[in-house]
Amino acid sequence: MIWDNSFALSVLPVIAQGLAITVLITFTGTAIALCIGLVLAIMRRARAKWISLPAEAFVEFVRATPLLVQLFFLYFGLPVFGISLSALVTGIIGIGLNYSAYTAEVYRAGIEGVPRGQWEAARALNFSHGQTWVRIILPQAVRKVIPALGNYLIAMFKDTPILASISVLEMLEQAQIVGSENFRYLEPMTLVGLLFILVSYPATLLVRRLEVRYGQVR
Amino acid sequence: MSLVITLADALFSGLKITLEVTFFSAILAFVVAFAAGIARLARQRWIRAIATVYVEGFRSMSALVVMFWLYFALPLFGLQLTALQAGVLALGLSYGAYGAEIVRGAIVQVPRGQWEAATALNLSASQRMRNVVLPQAILAMLPPLSNLLVDLVKATSLVSLITLADLTFEGKILQGTLGHPLEIFALVLLVYFVINFGLTRLVRLLERRVSYGQGIGRIAREVTVT
Repeated sequence: MIWDNSFALSVLPVIAQGLAITVLITFTGTAIALCIGLVLAIMRRARAKWISLPAEAFVEFVRATPLLVQLFFLYFGLPVFGISLSALVTGIIGIGLNYSAYTAEVYRAGIEGVPRGQWEAARALNFSHGQTWVRIILPQAVRKVIPALGNYLIAMFKDTPILASISVLEMLEQAQIVGSENFRYLEPMTLVGLLFILVSYPATLLVRRLEVRYGQVR
Repeated sequence: MSLVITLADALFSGLKITLEVTFFSAILAFVVAFAAGIARLARQRWIRAIATVYVEGFRSMSALVVMFWLYFALPLFGLQLTALQAGVLALGLSYGAYGAEIVRGAIVQVPRGQWEAATALNLSASQRMRNVVLPQAILAMLPPLSNLLVDLVKATSLVSLITLADLTFEGKILQGTLGHPLEIFALVLLVYFVINFGLTRLVRLLERRVSYGQGIGRIAREVTVT
């Protein structure tokens, strides 16, 4: 028998610890992506070029380059500026910033989907620019893109193993450590794979139900 | 001067590996995407079931975990893949699953009338697919497939984690020996950006090529209907 049940059971607690870190990264990273993405989306609509261009350049560049190299850039590059953060914090900031470029595009689609009449009506009712955004446009735009944002939450969950490359102790890194300690990778790696399916497949089904409820953008 | 040469030399040899991995995994993903995408629409239940398990399974997985599994866990079954094989297989299968959804979606959106007309003209099921449905579906597939190709290029950087000396790997080594992480990784990022920028332009050109005749056909159809 190739598969060793007792070994699998013995490594399960360590892998579960990794899962907790993975989930932590996903939620904090998503929180960053949701906030910065919104700022980027609003910046891109600014009439002043010096506001919209940097946001556009950031989004296009981040979307065309690999997360792995971006993480190396932050992890090895930030200390040059005298900023030394732990691998976990660097990883969360890195993945959050990476996904903010994608959520910015999602928000943008949502904002563009709000009918012109809403802007005009807000102006006719003497709403200020800020009030129009906060009270009229964003509530309608964000509601429509909730399922799309949910998809990016799942995508981020599946991307967290990349943080193993800067030695963040998430699931894959934990599996690799116990694997190399025992010279057996089969059980830990298989458990990690199964846990990924076990979490992200139900989450996918949930997002599909959200799509039915809130409708789909694009 | 010699520094520039070392840098260019290393990055260039890394670039070759990156392009090689991209090329092979893109071909694998493309073939698998078509096979699985069409299989998900098959009449036989068991074919549909196999394709669905494959697509949903790999879409719920992380490509990196698949890659590590193939590289580190598979040898226990007596099958030792090279890093290149493991990398290409993992990326091809993962992105093939994403591509299968695109292929299926594009086939489903071909209007029912086209299918019925093909049947009415006594075309066999495979003729209908090859000559009527796919030519129209491919047009709808191109934009999302080109996005997927960009994602794939980015994902090839993961092979550096199973010791394949691609662009990312070379960057990491250079940074280790020369220092200057900001400059080196910025340069590596820039190379990826240029690849993807070129790729999107190329696909857009191809899109115009492919849609050329189709667009006219579509207008002609509309004209005759009205």
